[in-house]
Amino acid sequence: MAITLSASDVPSPPLSARLSPPQIWGIALLAPYLLVFLAFVVYPVGYGLWLARHPSSYVALYNDPIFARAAVNTLIFLVIGINIKMLIALFLSGFFAQQRPWIRWLSVIFILPWAVPSIPTILSVRFMLNPEWGVVNQLIFKFTGDDGPNWLNDPAVALAMAIGVHIWKSLPFWTLILLTGRLAIPHDLYEASDVDGANWWQKFRYITWPSMQTLYITCTLLSMIWTLGDFNSVYLLTGGGPADLTHVLSTLGIRYLRLDQLSLAMASIVCAMPFVLPLVYYMMKRLSR
Amino acid sequence: MKLPTLREVGTEAKLLLIGIPVFIWTMIPIYHMFVFAISPKEDAFTGKLWPTHPTLHNFSIVFHQQHYFLRDFWIQFWNSAVIALAVGALTLFVATAAAFSISRLRVPGGRVVMNMALFTYFIPAAFLAVPMYRTMGTYGLLNNHWSLILAMVTIAAPYAIWVLKQASDKLPVELDEAATMDGATTLQLFRLVYVPLMMPSLVAVGTYAILLAWNEYLYAFLLLSKDTDITLPVALGNFLAADDSPWELLMTTGFIYALPPAAVYYAFKRYMVGGLTAGAVKS
Repeated sequence: MAITLSASDVPSPPLSARLSPPQIWGIALLAPYLLVFLAFVVYPVGYGLWLARHPSSYVALYNDPIFARAAVNTLIFLVIGINIKMLIALFLSGFFAQQRPWIRWLSVIFILPWAVPSIPTILSVRFMLNPEWGVVNQLIFKFTGDDGPNWLNDPAVALAMAIGVHIWKSLPFWTLILLTGRLAIPHDLYEASDVDGANWWQKFRYITWPSMQTLYITCTLLSMIWTLGDFNSVYLLTGGGPADLTHVLSTLGIRYLRLDQLSLAMASIVCAMPFVLPLVYYMMKRLSR
Repeated sequence: MKLPTLREVGTEAKLLLIGIPVFIWTMIPIYHMFVFAISPKEDAFTGKLWPTHPTLHNFSIVFHQQHYFLRDFWIQFWNSAVIALAVGALTLFVATAAAFSISRLRVPGGRVVMNMALFTYFIPAAFLAVPMYRTMGTYGLLNNHWSLILAMVTIAAPYAIWVLKQASDKLPVELDEAATMDGATTLQLFRLVYVPLMMPSLVAVGTYAILLAWNEYLYAFLLLSKDTDITLPVALGNFLAADDSPWELLMTTGFIYALPPAAVYYAFKRYMVGGLTAGAVKS
């Protein structure tokens, strides 16, 4: 059964006679993935698009102030958040490239946020920021005698904190990737530039950056795609609040889903596609070479 | 012994000026969680940097399930573990077979499948979650562990196939030819030549899938709902629903939950860093 199912995807016409035993095995071995793909990607996506077909859903979205706010928040998250993160990662990759025993130890600790699951650490940050019992406001009270602000109750601050949590979690990963790129640069280039008396900026501008820019840009784009799917940082820190002002597209989709407005959820995702698909296309071209 | 020059001291100071903030930034949420976990209830909210009477009492409460929120702790831990291992095993099976088929047997259409898989890999998981939830309902799998297992396999498999395909493209063709000359069938080739040679990548991919499933929150929270069915991260999220949630117990549970993946990550760091991360964005 599996064989016939997957064979129908293969465009070569007279099948049974032409296929050699290894090719039959090839189709049989590909079948499990194809089944998973058909059942859990093709069908849901097709069904979702079908649900999102009515223009009325888009009108409803357009009239929902929460959607507009979520779209803006997502843009801020991606354009500002990701670029800050990648610049820090680029800078830190230079720091971790220094050959020192203590820096090697620090790099082992530095990877911790990436190695531990995000849920407990995000909740930990959430408690730190609690206006009454959180350690941040406790310390503010101890040193100044004033009550600290209600951090997560101000949409701008809350969104900034969510971006901070996101950066905390994924900075190590990108630093590590950029570090491997940096370590691949031949060392004699820097030695030669030392002889020529180049300063650190010239070394960065004329040696490091030219060899790393493709990697850097790829990482930035990939991080943007993935961050679109970052549900946890926002949902577990702010829950989309206060007053649904800190939603991003991923939490908004789930919000609609929970309100049983599936067509709106799908429509909001479809609205992100003009942005996502070019990025996906670019990444696929890079990876499938 | 030569004394360091002023310039060397300066460089070291500058590096420390970066290193110390990096260390503090990294440790704050984890340390905060840890302090909560070892603080007695009355100490937990005083904002101290180290509790006056550190204790393991919270761990004992969690392990003995002595709190309303924790009454299903062990079964939830078990759920997390079983689901993670099942996802690891299934992903390995699906992805190894597919990569072998695409890369070694050069099955017609393999390239198309590879591209479709990559496409799935790049679609943000939170976007797929919405239609996936509905589909699982249609299949009648909601509130069943299989829904989460299959969803996580769907998400883990594309990257697993890609990594395995990259690795297996590097194996020389002559190996397969020699084995076939000796009369090996395709299945023997797979079992006796391919799988042993691919071991390091298989370990990396299996670890990746297990960690992905253990750490997953969104899908678990959508697809499972009964207290005895959910995984640990969902249980942690449910703590938040109540106003009087016992933070120190939540942080203790979170700490226990975070330990296995961290240990696995560090144990397999060699594979994770070399095999996976660098491959993800090679220029």
